[in-house]
Amino acid sequence: MEVSQTTMEPKLKTDSAPPEQKIWQHKHILDLDDFTTAEIELVMQTTKAMHEILSRPIKKVPTLRGKTVVTLFYEASTRTRSSFELGAKNLSADISNLTVSSSSVTKGESLIDTLETIEALGADIIVIRHPHSGAPDLASKHVKASIINAGDGWHAHPTQALLDLYTMLQHKNSIKGLKVAIIGDIIHSRVAHSNIWGLTKMGADVTVCAPSTLLPKGIENPQPHFPKVKVTTNIDDAIRGADVVMGLRLQLERQQNGLIPSIREYAALYRITEERLANAAKDVIVMHPGPVNEDIEIASSVVHGSRSVINEQVTNGVAVRMALFYLLTGGNRDE
Amino acid sequence: MWKYASSPLAGKITVRGFFMTRKIIMNEADIKRTLARISHEIIERNKSTKNIVLIGMRTRGVPLAKRLAANIELFENASIPVGVLDFSLYRDDISSQNVPPIVQSTDIPTGIDGKIIVLVDDVLYTGRSVRAALDAIIDFGRPLSIQLAVLVDRGHRELPIRADYVGKNIPSARNEEIQVYLTETDNVDEVAIIPEPGRED
Repeated sequence: MEVSQTTMEPKLKTDSAPPEQKIWQHKHILDLDDFTTAEIELVMQTTKAMHEILSRPIKKVPTLRGKTVVTLFYEASTRTRSSFELGAKNLSADISNLTVSSSSVTKGESLIDTLETIEALGADIIVIRHPHSGAPDLASKHVKASIINAGDGWHAHPTQALLDLYTMLQHKNSIKGLKVAIIGDIIHSRVAHSNIWGLTKMGADVTVCAPSTLLPKGIENPQPHFPKVKVTTNIDDAIRGADVVMGLRLQLERQQNGLIPSIREYAALYRITEERLANAAKDVIVMHPGPVNEDIEIASSVVHGSRSVINEQVTNGVAVRMALFYLLTGGNRDE
Repeated sequence: MWKYASSPLAGKITVRGFFMTRKIIMNEADIKRTLARISHEIIERNKSTKNIVLIGMRTRGVPLAKRLAANIELFENASIPVGVLDFSLYRDDISSQNVPPIVQSTDIPTGIDGKIIVLVDDVLYTGRSVRAALDAIIDFGRPLSIQLAVLVDRGHRELPIRADYVGKNIPSARNEEIQVYLTETDNVDEVAIIPEPGRED
């Protein structure tokens, strides 16, 4: 055996120990404002691996065997809840869905008491949707389990923003420099808020467009605590040259005191139509977090047209939630 | 890569305050000859190249699988599909680690039903990675058989697993470190061992 010698520091382990990654720092997922770019990229990379599992004949891996996920939804949901549920099942976790309308919450049990009960039942991850902004943050301070925010009030919906970023990456090479127009009920939209954080962190050029009554106060004057976006009240200005057009649902249930004159007028001025999309980039994609009020914020022909990626968003939602479950499984954090 | 052939520090590295000798056990030519031999063994054992699929285990099994496939194609003039397997999701130690390892994509180019799968990895040690990879492969279908090819077998198995094709047996102590560097991932082809602290020779 020929033995030659060199000097170098040992920096790689090729034994059974996996490469250490120090990118991921989160125990809870509350919003994207405290995510680093590297963390978002790690989520995208992990989502890609999870997406591949969804195309296999057996869509199940044993990764989260023995872990328990509980979903606690204080608001209605179809796609978010079922995609969390399917995601957990694809990773072999046990999942329990707590339906608030048939639980002790109707007897007046408080959020924190409910959470402590769920934790005592052995939940490792609690997925929570709540009509009040900040409820998941409060929850994270009272339980040892990981909390995932599945939408809180007007505040944040980080998993939706991450699946939107992933969907954009599937169609465009990079988020950096991408022109994204977010059109519709911005002020009430937690999806818009989380998307603005995620997109601006990744270097996208974001324009928000709505009637001035549906824009948050002061959004046009960049605040130190909020990312810089372009603001317009003219939908044609927003769509011109856009690579991605994202419609938002007009949240009629959150509008008590007439912020728009009438739905007909809103539809006439702010509906995303084929004619308006003619001014966008040639390969524009149209997104919508759903559920869609067809022919109010977006024309039916656009929803079901060739540029729509709305159904892909739903599929990607499962992959993104699998990635987040996986990234939250580190055992010893905070111990 | 740093090389101080004439320096008094030649071959000396410091680990936890100990000076140690890093020995290169296989150089570029050795690795090339070994892979050529394994390629012939794969063809010989299976009597042809029919139905053979090479699957590289991330990270360094992937370039090794590609090199073996290139050899077999050269020797037998047949095309061999090469897949990439990330077995992170099948590990048995995910929740005992602070942060789960990065998962990369898996890409198996063909259906594997009825195929002869040759799993390729750089180092065979405890056998736990191979166990995870076997579980991962079974989820893709029912191959005719699964064989294992490794560049280095360093012993210390914790599971009843053995390799069908071994590049080199390197008896080692558990606290020694085996380093496999490949041009595709590390810009150099070599296998080295760093002995345990205090056993300098």
